[in-house]
Amino acid sequence: MATLIIPTPLRKFTDGKSVFEASASDIRSLLKALSTSHEGIQKHLFDDTGELRSFIRVYIGDEDINELEGAETKIHERDEVSIIPAIAGGSK
Amino acid sequence: MSHYDITFSKEELERYSRHLIIPEFNIEGQKKLKASGVLVIGSGGLGSPLLLYLAAAGVGRIGIVDFDTVDESNLQRQVLFGIQDVGESKATAASKRLKSLNPYITIEVHDTMLTADNARELIRKYDVVADGTDNFPTRYLVNDACVLENKVNVYASIFRFEGQASVFNELLQDGTRGPNYRDLFPSPPPPGLVPSCAEGGVIGVLPGILGSIQALEVLKVISGVGDTLSGRLFLFDATVFSTRILKVRKNKNNPLNGEHPTQTELINYEQFCGIVPTSEKQREVAEMNVQKLDQWRKEGVKHLLIDVREPYEYGIVEIGGELIPLGTVLESTNRIPKDIPVVVQCRSGVRSATAIRELEDVHGYTNLINLTGGILGWQEAIQPELPRY
Repeated sequence: MATLIIPTPLRKFTDGKSVFEASASDIRSLLKALSTSHEGIQKHLFDDTGELRSFIRVYIGDEDINELEGAETKIHERDEVSIIPAIAGGSK
Repeated sequence: MSHYDITFSKEELERYSRHLIIPEFNIEGQKKLKASGVLVIGSGGLGSPLLLYLAAAGVGRIGIVDFDTVDESNLQRQVLFGIQDVGESKATAASKRLKSLNPYITIEVHDTMLTADNARELIRKYDVVADGTDNFPTRYLVNDACVLENKVNVYASIFRFEGQASVFNELLQDGTRGPNYRDLFPSPPPPGLVPSCAEGGVIGVLPGILGSIQALEVLKVISGVGDTLSGRLFLFDATVFSTRILKVRKNKNNPLNGEHPTQTELINYEQFCGIVPTSEKQREVAEMNVQKLDQWRKEGVKHLLIDVREPYEYGIVEIGGELIPLGTVLESTNRIPKDIPVVVQCRSGVRSATAIRELEDVHGYTNLINLTGGILGWQEAIQPELPRY
């Protein structure tokens, strides 16, 4: 099982849970599994053409999947995958 | 001014003695701090600890950019300010506080909004920029101006219990610049997908932690001591207390300094972030002001008030409306009559307008009226004794 860490802005779709676990062979299938089990999250991850949105980054361990094979990057048991959203808060 | 020319008075040497006795930092590091200028953009949650620590540490010249005034709801986390500052300009109040903390440094107040017209000129006068703003257009503006002016941008950002920090565009030993915000996030999320701080909330201590990390990184950038967060993104999740450090790499498609740069000057960042004037964006809905609602209530005009905020907001303050959160209005038509006027209300009037459009589009309502100004407007004009949030 790979572990997917859900960032705060997306936790409203996961009943507040910060971690999602699933058996998946690559990043795309892991994110699809997340979208299937949590309604509403899909449009935050993928655009209309099925590509990952440009304002989120996905990492395996400490490496950006864009430095690997993007959404097709293979994942292994015990890999930690993170979704990193752009957040802007700070002042007000 | 070169730091070689810097001297210290007896009082300064005593004040900074705990820096001077760190072998790696010593008087050389302290001279570099005194010789440098740092521009802090935003003197709120992140800016408060950032400014306090930079001033205390002896950064010679600190600029503060903020156009806002101190509000009571700021005091939960903006530790620069006290009750006596409510209503005052943040930049001016911050300057007073910092001068009382350290009289041996210069504070420059820029009581203005950072815009594409003034950003480069302001940033040019300083060595390092620290970004403590609260919205995407300004985040991209600060980043782009720093890249175009060859300045380091020490970044932090927060949301509820989560924070991020990094050092962007740092001059590296090989003479190149480290990654910047556009390498990490080439374009912003469309409005509405990520809530703002005012909507999303933030736990009070979190900006203290992230702003302190920013201050630390500013001191490291200036002194050259240690390895900064350049090329790395620090993440902190306070709910489960996890910290992570991820690699940030340069993106060859970066429009500012990638392989084929397409952007050589600042752009319209409101437009870039998809924020367009209301008139172009959404159709108007019927409206009434709080005075009119007050009059209806006094005269007994038949109507229903519905409140489309969240239950936790309703718990803070309410004005007798029936609670139907925005996300549930379309399924709650059995509670929203079509035969009497229905006034729809939220915090400030934005979500209630959205609720009205949805109900009109999906269920054909024609009797819905938006309460302009929302519960904030009501508190201000009708019941000042109610709390604001």
